[in-house]
Amino acid sequence: MITIQNYVRAQSLEEAYRLNQNRRSRVLGGMLWLKMGNASVNTAIDLCDLGLDTIEETADQFVIGATATLRQMELHPGLNAYTGGAVAEAVRHIIGVQFRNMATVGGSVWGRFGFSDVLTVLLGMETYVELYHGGILPLEQFAAMKYDRDILVRVIIQKKPGRFVYQSMRNQRTDFPVIACAVSRIGEEYRAVIGARPGRALVIRDERGLLKEGITGERARAFADDAAWRTPTEGNLRGSAAYRTHLIRVLTERGLLALGGGYEWKSR
Amino acid sequence: MEITMTLNGRAVTDHIDADLLLIDFLRAHGCYSVKRGCETSGCGLCTVIMDGRPILSCSILAARAAGHSVQTLEGLQEEASEFVGFIADQGADQCGFCNPGFVMNTIALLRENPNPTDDEIREYLAGNLCRCSGYDGQLRGIRAYLDSRQG
Repeated sequence: MITIQNYVRAQSLEEAYRLNQNRRSRVLGGMLWLKMGNASVNTAIDLCDLGLDTIEETADQFVIGATATLRQMELHPGLNAYTGGAVAEAVRHIIGVQFRNMATVGGSVWGRFGFSDVLTVLLGMETYVELYHGGILPLEQFAAMKYDRDILVRVIIQKKPGRFVYQSMRNQRTDFPVIACAVSRIGEEYRAVIGARPGRALVIRDERGLLKEGITGERARAFADDAAWRTPTEGNLRGSAAYRTHLIRVLTERGLLALGGGYEWKSR
Repeated sequence: MEITMTLNGRAVTDHIDADLLLIDFLRAHGCYSVKRGCETSGCGLCTVIMDGRPILSCSILAARAAGHSVQTLEGLQEEASEFVGFIADQGADQCGFCNPGFVMNTIALLRENPNPTDDEIREYLAGNLCRCSGYDGQLRGIRAYLDSRQG
């Protein structure tokens, strides 16, 4: 159960940051995960008045405000044109429309949850986070950081030419994924991002050059074997570590094969 | 703290605790159609429409709804009456506990997509759980309503 003594709609990022320096303060995202825990919160800080609830597209990037919702991501035409629908595929299985109308991109990314479809798909792209004090840094770096008391302001996706495929395996519809897998080719770089390991999503690059000559069935299988071997997994109530390792192999191979014939976004 | 929101078209002002959930605010103001179910944001029983979008009232602070427009089934009975009979005709209401959430989200679906396919209906209503019916009855009811509109 969570208790909250004070609720404040911050009128500036500086106010939000200042209030958040107290360790009993919490920045509200969608509040969906926060509500599930036990916490005694002195000040709940709401960013809803700061105009961060938009997804803006320019010629070379998407800028997603921290309070934009997963539903906005799901329905954003530009984001889904760029990713060939991978973003919508990543979020459409998350509970239901009502939930996705509330869950925020900022909350999902800040949480760096092990089960996160959002973190997984974003790591498959050239994604950065903008922190109020920490500035702009790669999402991959942010995903590995410990929690601090900064404020996540925006998520920025650079529109580099590429292809993107997202798949997940769930025991039951709307449940957390047993494994999540984003596969991408950005420029000449291939990567597989494995989420719900069940730890935080991990980026696996083609360090052995298995795909440098392009994707074939044999090369896809070799990279999938490599990804499965290199990705640490653990068991929980949704699946064993061995099952997850098997799924990584299957989904990475399928993803690469889909990537080989998939839609590619090119800059104009 | 004092908040004001528009509830079913009427301005409502009240003094609340900072951690009061919207579902409790709504029930305290007579909106008993809003049901408490799983409390883990997964069942859809507490669905209301805020600023035109379906949300889960068990998972949002009442304070956050201040200044917004909230609609519950009490305020949307006319819109709901167009199709709920078709769902009842299929025997899909059964115990009835999930119905208000189902109906609210169906209203949201039909506003957003007036002619959904069966797959679109299933996908939109995936966040509404029913322990009685197995979902086919609701789907058949909504389909029968949509077909009836085609004349």
